[in-house]
This record gives sequence, structure tokens and C-alpha cells, in this order.
Amino acid sequence: MIQYALIFAFACFGIALLFNLYRIFRAPGVVDRVLALDTMVINIIAIFILYGISTHSGVYFEAALLFAMTGFVSTVAYCKFILRGDIIE
Amino acid sequence: MLRKLFPHPYLTLLLVISWLLLVNEYKLGSLVFALILGIIIPMMTAPYWPDRPILRNPAAIIGYVLIVLYDIVKSNFIVAGIVLFTPNKKLQSTWITVPLELRTPEAITVLAGTITMTPGTVTADMSGDGRALLVHCLHAPDPDSVRDEIKTRYEARLMRIFE
Amino acid sequence: MSLLSEIIVSVLLVAAGVFGLVGSFGLLKLPDTMTRLHAPTKATTLGVGSTLLASMLYFLLFQGRLSWHELMITMFLLLTAPITANFIAKAHLHRFRDQETLPDTGTPDDWATFEDEAKEMEPVMTRDTPRR
Repeated sequence: MIQYALIFAFACFGIALLFNLYRIFRAPGVVDRVLALDTMVINIIAIFILYGISTHSGVYFEAALLFAMTGFVSTVAYCKFILRGDIIE
Repeated sequence: MLRKLFPHPYLTLLLVISWLLLVNEYKLGSLVFALILGIIIPMMTAPYWPDRPILRNPAAIIGYVLIVLYDIVKSNFIVAGIVLFTPNKKLQSTWITVPLELRTPEAITVLAGTITMTPGTVTADMSGDGRALLVHCLHAPDPDSVRDEIKTRYEARLMRIFE
Repeated sequence: MSLLSEIIVSVLLVAAGVFGLVGSFGLLKLPDTMTRLHAPTKATTLGVGSTLLASMLYFLLFQGRLSWHELMITMFLLLTAPITANFIAKAHLHRFRDQETLPDTGTPDDWATFEDEAKEMEPVMTRDTPRR
């Protein structure tokens, strides 16, 4: 049963990533693209963890944690760039 | 002596817990190393913490965290329902102003984060003098009730914790 | 027992998938940037949160080892989601400057994003309570 639930969750997050990709290509403004990238990072973290469950290994958590951190920093850097036109003042 | 060893007790606790979470198994060695980190890092970073929040009521903090977690789960269902079943034309999204009674920066940060995580509201900005928050509601037929709920449910509890 | 734990883990995984999908669907469906901001910040945190919970339970119930660093990612995401949302909202306000549509602050000062660049650089708040 868990196998089927895993496949379902993989499919859901995969479709979610496609939605985000569409939003990155077709967005009314740059802020929407940043938002779509941020969502994409969160979905990819979920896929990492699902992959960790399906291979019974805990190795992917470090990758997920690092991805969460770099994703957060990059979103903040993008926003800072939009706000000030500069990242480090 | 104790105050000198632990200049920032909450930071020490947070560092110990996060080190143990990172190591992912409980061993005496990692606890000792976590304690070493938890003592050294607050000492080294003490100059960057000129003044720190005074927390009054530890029991109230736990109650607040539980309420916020419950509201996060509830807000997920509400927002999912709005996204799936409310047509865009019927969506009544508005801006509201929430006047603040909290004065400490930490308390206002916690309140802003809580508002963002809970049903259909996102904190967007703060007034220049720090007396009001700008909040965006996803679907609010009655904006005043949303403001009253924020004030009674979260701000009153934070007042008891921080001030 | 085994069947029950399988059901719990499966339900968590399915809920995670549904919430993640709804969050990203909201990104496509909702009409403007500020409303679009709501869907991902909320729906995806519970999506990833229940994935992490399912992973913890899975390793505990089926592999027999307690794995708790999922809590770390959950904590991190719950702490950073409001900050990114706030930053994106601020960037949106800054970019479009639709000052007329916003409500009044109720205080003498304007919203912080629209104040002068020089004033914005100064610390916005000072602590009223005395230091200990």
C-alpha cells in the first residue's frame, strides 16, 4: 500500500513542479517568477524526502536540508535585488 | 557565574537541540559536543545581541505554539478549499490594517510570522513607526472580524508572553 | 498493527501529495500576485510537513530506527516560510507602488516600503522597555 501512496505522491509533486515551471515561463511580473521558484524549491525538497523513503535510506535528508537552506537564501537574495537593485550593500 | 556561562540560555538550548537533531542519534558524546557548541557560540556572538527579549511565561509559550500549529493545519484546509472551489470572481481579497499594541521588535516579528502562517492572511508591510501591520486577506467577506480575531487570538497571548 | 501503520503512512503521503499539488495549482489559478502568494506559503508547508512526518513514521515503524532530523527541516521551513512570503510581498509593493489601493496606516507615518530611502536605512524601531 505504501508503494502506491509513494507513487501517487511522486506524481502529485511532479505535476506541481510542471505547474511551477509553466508559471516561471508565463508570468506577469518578476515577483511571480521568484514566487514560483520558491515553490519549486519546496516541492523539490518533498521529492528528495519521498525518494529517501522509497530507497529506505537517510542519505537524502542532508541534501534536502541543504536545498532548503540555499533555496531560502536565494529567494531572499532575489527579493533583495528587486527591492534595492543590489544584494550586498 | 551561571549568567556568565550561559549569556543567552534560549540560544544554548536551541543549539543543543539542533545539533542533536542533525546528528540524528542520541549518544553521550554528541550531547557533550552539543553542550560545548551551546556554550561557546553564545559567548562568541554575545556582542551581536545588545539586548534580548524577556520572556515572562514559559507555559504560555507552549500553549501559543500548540494554537499556532492547530491553526496552520486548519488554514491549510481553508486555503485548499478556497483555491479549489471558489471561482476567482467571487474571491473577495482585501488589505487590512492591524494596529499594534506590541512594542518589542521580537514580539512583532512573531506576530507577523503567525499571521502569515494562519488562515488566509499574509503580512506584507509595517508602518514606518512600527505601530501598524499591513495584512492581505485572501478571502475576507468581513475584514473587521479578521482583524478582531488577530488581535484577540494572537496579540493578546503574545502580550502575556513578551510584555 | 502493521496494517494500521501502513494506513497511517499512506494517508500522510497522499495528503502530502494533494496539498503540494493544490499549492502549485493555486499559483496558476489565482488572479493576481498578492492572492497567488497565499497558496504556496500555506499549502506547501503542510505538504512538505506531512511528507516529513510520513518519513519519520516510516523509518520508526518499518525500519525500526528513530530518525528525527526530519523535525529539523520542518522547523526550518516553518520558520522561513513567513520570511520569504514577507519579502516577496514587500518586493511586490515596492515594484508596483500601488499606494492608493492600500488602506491608511492609522499612524502619522506611511508604510515602511514607501518611505524615503534614507529614512528606511535607519533602524525602524527602538525598544521602549528598559534594558535589564
